[in-house]
Amino acid sequence: MSLISTLARLEAVESGRAQPLATVRHRHLSDRPLVLVPLTTAGEAGAPLGALVGTDPGEPRLLVVAQPRDRDLRFAFLADLAEEVLPYVDSFTDVVEAAERSETDPETGKKVKVEVDLCADAPQVIVPSRAGIEYVRLLGRSMRFRRTAEQDPETPFPAPPRVPLLGRWLTHFGERARVPGSSLLLSATDLLNRHWATGQSSLEDQHLGALLAWIDADGPESGAEAALRAELGRDPQGQLFCPPAGPATDPAFDNRLLAPAIERFDRARQALASAEDGESADERLGELHVAEREIRRLILSQLRPTWDAVWRSVELLRELPAGERVADRWTRDRWSFTGHRDRIVAGEPPQPRRDDAVTAAQKLAARESAQSQLEAQEALDDPLVLAGRRLAGEAFVAEVVEVTMAWSESKRPSPRPLLTVRTDDRPHLGEGTKVYRSLEGKPQTAEFVRSEEDGSLVLRITDRMGRSKEPAPGSVPEKGERIAWTLFEHDQRVGAKLPEREETPWTHGGPPRSDTPDPELPDAVTPEDLL
Amino acid sequence: MSFDPGAEAARATAGILADTLHGDARGVVVDSPPGAGKSTLVVRAALELASAGRPLMVVAQTNAQVDDLVLRLAEKEPELPVGRLHSNDSDPYDKALDDLENVRKSSKAGDLAGLDVVISTAAKWAHVKNVEPWAHAIVDEAYQMRSDALLAVAGLFERALFVGDPGQLDPFSVVGAEQWAGLSYDPSASAVSTLLAHNPDLPQHRLPVSWRLPASAAPLVSDAFYPYTRFRSGTDHGDRRLTFGVASDGSGPDRVLDEAAESGWGLLELPARRTPRTDPEAVRAVALVVRRLLDRGGAAVSERAPDPVPLTPDRIAVGTAHRDQAAAIRAALAELGVAGVTVDTANRLQGREYDVTVVLHPLSGRPDATAFHLETGRLCVLASRHRHACIVVCRAGVAELLDEHPSTEPVQLGVTVKFPDGWEANHAVLSHLTEHRVSWRP
Repeated sequence: MSLISTLARLEAVESGRAQPLATVRHRHLSDRPLVLVPLTTAGEAGAPLGALVGTDPGEPRLLVVAQPRDRDLRFAFLADLAEEVLPYVDSFTDVVEAAERSETDPETGKKVKVEVDLCADAPQVIVPSRAGIEYVRLLGRSMRFRRTAEQDPETPFPAPPRVPLLGRWLTHFGERARVPGSSLLLSATDLLNRHWATGQSSLEDQHLGALLAWIDADGPESGAEAALRAELGRDPQGQLFCPPAGPATDPAFDNRLLAPAIERFDRARQALASAEDGESADERLGELHVAEREIRRLILSQLRPTWDAVWRSVELLRELPAGERVADRWTRDRWSFTGHRDRIVAGEPPQPRRDDAVTAAQKLAARESAQSQLEAQEALDDPLVLAGRRLAGEAFVAEVVEVTMAWSESKRPSPRPLLTVRTDDRPHLGEGTKVYRSLEGKPQTAEFVRSEEDGSLVLRITDRMGRSKEPAPGSVPEKGERIAWTLFEHDQRVGAKLPEREETPWTHGGPPRSDTPDPELPDAVTPEDLL
Repeated sequence: MSFDPGAEAARATAGILADTLHGDARGVVVDSPPGAGKSTLVVRAALELASAGRPLMVVAQTNAQVDDLVLRLAEKEPELPVGRLHSNDSDPYDKALDDLENVRKSSKAGDLAGLDVVISTAAKWAHVKNVEPWAHAIVDEAYQMRSDALLAVAGLFERALFVGDPGQLDPFSVVGAEQWAGLSYDPSASAVSTLLAHNPDLPQHRLPVSWRLPASAAPLVSDAFYPYTRFRSGTDHGDRRLTFGVASDGSGPDRVLDEAAESGWGLLELPARRTPRTDPEAVRAVALVVRRLLDRGGAAVSERAPDPVPLTPDRIAVGTAHRDQAAAIRAALAELGVAGVTVDTANRLQGREYDVTVVLHPLSGRPDATAFHLETGRLCVLASRHRHACIVVCRAGVAELLDEHPSTEPVQLGVTVKFPDGWEANHAVLSHLTEHRVSWRP
């Protein structure tokens, strides 16, 4: 944790209110996000219990699995979820703008510009917490390899038509969420934690209710008291005032309310199955509906507070203006979305279960460069973030007190002006350390030459001054200018190209073998799959 | 029993060279403990491969390592045509290379084709495309190279000798890589672990003698960090001595210096306290120890020279866990008028050697013991850079801190568990240091 965020937390403790960590919003927020609040069944991985989903805060769609162990009901739930999510996703696929992408021409091997479609906007899914993102990934994995009756008439347990497709999209969102700064799939707790510091530990910050208690507090109660109530407060029946943001449920809810209700539902189903005539069947069907309605009511009682909290978080974040470079990053998300749309349209198989060596290395490299880029961009967009970097000695704001023109010693001398600057910051500079400033959105490099006796610093500008002997107008700072310099680069260098998949070297197991079973086939069905 | 370190080391080297030059395996792996002559081995292997007429590429991890290797090669064999492949940055290589007649420097691999040996960093090699593969490669510091970096360069060579120190810091990534944990080709793992996972039958050797570490340090470092692949020191007790021209003034720093001169280890323990990372008292204590080390006219006697060699600033290093700590100590040293002493983080001290090191303990003053601060390699690097003595500055209470923070890293299926874990290694080092403790209240 950086020094400045530690200080912000100390201030939060002292004042009883969350303290801002940012002056602008560092993540893209869609005008029409899809909020998904999932719940899972205790004791069985990947058995959904219910969900609230939708784009309208006032009109969530409630989906419930009354008996989570029943595979048919589970499929029905997933089919309903697909019915909610896929039309939302599809609403972005057809609105496109023209864009250029450079591709390698297979014949000449040269880079050429190709005109392609880029989706003008992309979907954005918001879940309550990081565990929710993990759950989206899990749902995606459980669905994308399923086969529908249309894909494979032989399959013993065909999935409803759109379920595998939903699995592929959720997998894509889950994978994209691992890219730093991406915004296709976000969690409310991560969003809030990026922008505010509370007076509690970062573990406690994972509790959406407690987090909001610090940030969205009104009245005399301190954030700490409100957060404690959000975490522990229970009604006379022993139920939490603020149910967990899921996907896990509160054990007290499971034991006292949910388990008896599911038992009633099971009994009603059995009774219906053993009904002997139409009249008693009608009566027992009525009882079954009552039991099901009760489960729906219970699950809604757990979901609704979280649903409202997620929308409240979105509202709070919308009050902040977006950072200047947020749109750039969103464009990358749009490329990612467009790319996956194209893969689906092209009939490509679902994402493989495991990345191969080359794909894994490519993803890691892309995420590392996204991480450094995000850190740099946030500092450039936001003086408060920059202050944190200044405090850490990784940036400094300095006033230019003198500009001395100088030139490089070569046949064609280029300008290498020396700047004497004064700063109160304490950057970690050594001889030759490169520093960067933003000049019309592009980084300009200078190197540290020496410290003067009076504490001022001498920098030598080394680029972006044009090709002629005299520097281009505006490319050299003037006396009196205050400039923010960073010790970190603003852009990432493009990493080296990795070998093609088919040319994986011997050190990494060689090319993927073709005699291994088809990687897209789902796991074989085992007895454990069918209880 | 008699242990002849020279003969043991020679036997190991002969085995490595035999496998490299005449073996059938595509790769040979050499584990080298700190100061075991890894660079000497690399130079020797490079010369033998070159003289056998096999075009050789050498992959090192940093530009400093590359330049160092070029200089060593030129020193041994000034006639050998060597290529130094460098980046397009300004000032891409050590200017000393310009004085070497047979070293050609270029940023294009094509310009260096046909030279006996071409040396560069892994990052630069990764950009080399469309060239005839080299018959042989030497990969230096292979345990610090990431698997994805090896993936990018492995197509450039037919066979390779991988040399490195498994006890030093593992490579790291700035983003989470848990999703690939347990895969044989996990891109964030070390190059050697991927290599061996896919080629388990490759011959593996290790160098058995540390020429750097003194007899007082080798057993501790070996026990704490290499419990299953022990090594010995090349020198014996009494072969090395550290003396001071000026007597102790009785202060804490002077007493810990005397203890370290006597035993090879010293622990300057400050009162227990939770502090920010750049703990001003500890930083000042480190600076004072260095100041006194220079003021008292330290002199080192070793097998290298018959007469005592004065302890100059360039033979001293200060090691820390974090960069801001290093910066704070540099500032404190400057305030005390000390110049020329290396102050750096464990990452950057890897592979370096000094007469005396002063270490700010990674856990000093901390409220918690995170995986970063517990990492075995970090402590190993800090505790194994010295030829004579190592002085650790630390707040009291680290043993209790360790007990309150057992390792809690999740167990990942398919990942080879590394022994010893940082927790255990930290305890082992700490309990040894306690025997050389000087408590001091600044």
